[in-house]
Amino acid sequence: MNGAALFFYLFAGILVASAFMVITARNPVHSVLFLILAFVNASGLFVLMGAEFLAMILVVVYVGAVAVLFLFVVMMLDVDFVELRQGFVQNLPVAALIGVVFAIELILVVGGFTFTPEALDMRKAAAAVPVDAMNTRALGRVLYTKYVYFFQAAGMILLTAMIGAIVLTLRPQRPNVKRQDVAKQNARTKEGGLAIRQVQSGAALPDKVEG
Amino acid sequence: MIIGLGHYLTVAAILFTLGVFGIFVNRKNIIVILMSIELILLAVNINLVAFSTHLGDITGQVFALFILTVAAAEAAIGLAILVVYFRNRGTIAVDDATMMKG
Repeated sequence: MNGAALFFYLFAGILVASAFMVITARNPVHSVLFLILAFVNASGLFVLMGAEFLAMILVVVYVGAVAVLFLFVVMMLDVDFVELRQGFVQNLPVAALIGVVFAIELILVVGGFTFTPEALDMRKAAAAVPVDAMNTRALGRVLYTKYVYFFQAAGMILLTAMIGAIVLTLRPQRPNVKRQDVAKQNARTKEGGLAIRQVQSGAALPDKVEG
Repeated sequence: MIIGLGHYLTVAAILFTLGVFGIFVNRKNIIVILMSIELILLAVNINLVAFSTHLGDITGQVFALFILTVAAAEAAIGLAILVVYFRNRGTIAVDDATMMKG
């Protein structure tokens, strides 16, 4: 067994085991941490396949953003997770049945397919990977030329998601909370906010200073 | 031994099955359901990248990048909806989300 096969089985084994722990862990915080482990191992698989850029993006986006978002939400919400876990055992037979059916279907598909000669001819017309270029450079050459409008659309999707998340979670301002009014603050002048008084020694001010 | 396309497709198939299994087995906890959806999208991404590198066509990796984008947006929006729902109702059990049922 060579090194690549060894690493494939290492990454794939940890990936499947941690994915199993994600859906069976009692504590949702543990689920999120196993999700992070699954993503890291999937990025290892991507590196083995030769897609280095996507592997690094997977770590940055998923582990750095999505999984941390999950952690925030799990820790922020004061939810009784024990109550939510009720019905786990009752759901198990149905879920196992559906899972086995899916697994059999996928095994039949994966085990039974071959490439037709027409498909092999078709792929010669598609965007081939240059032999000399690195993965990141090859991806960039295609992404910023042929798929530039899709790339822009992806950016718009992220912008929409950002605005949507902010609008959804922004609380309306509560009354009776003192906040700085920027316009009022800028409209203040020296005459309105400052008064120079001559104070006699040992005597109070003649009248109360306004402002 | 050579690790070929079939190995990666098998891993992705197992991962996909685990994601579907997770949705059905954690029917009450919507946070775990969202995590299962992330696992399913990861399985799809593994499939796309495996075919892309096996066939020597980089379009699959471009598509995987877009799926990554949509998955991140979906997680952000889903968790934002979840936070608002918890603020209004005080629970996140899927069974209680029957307000639209009439």
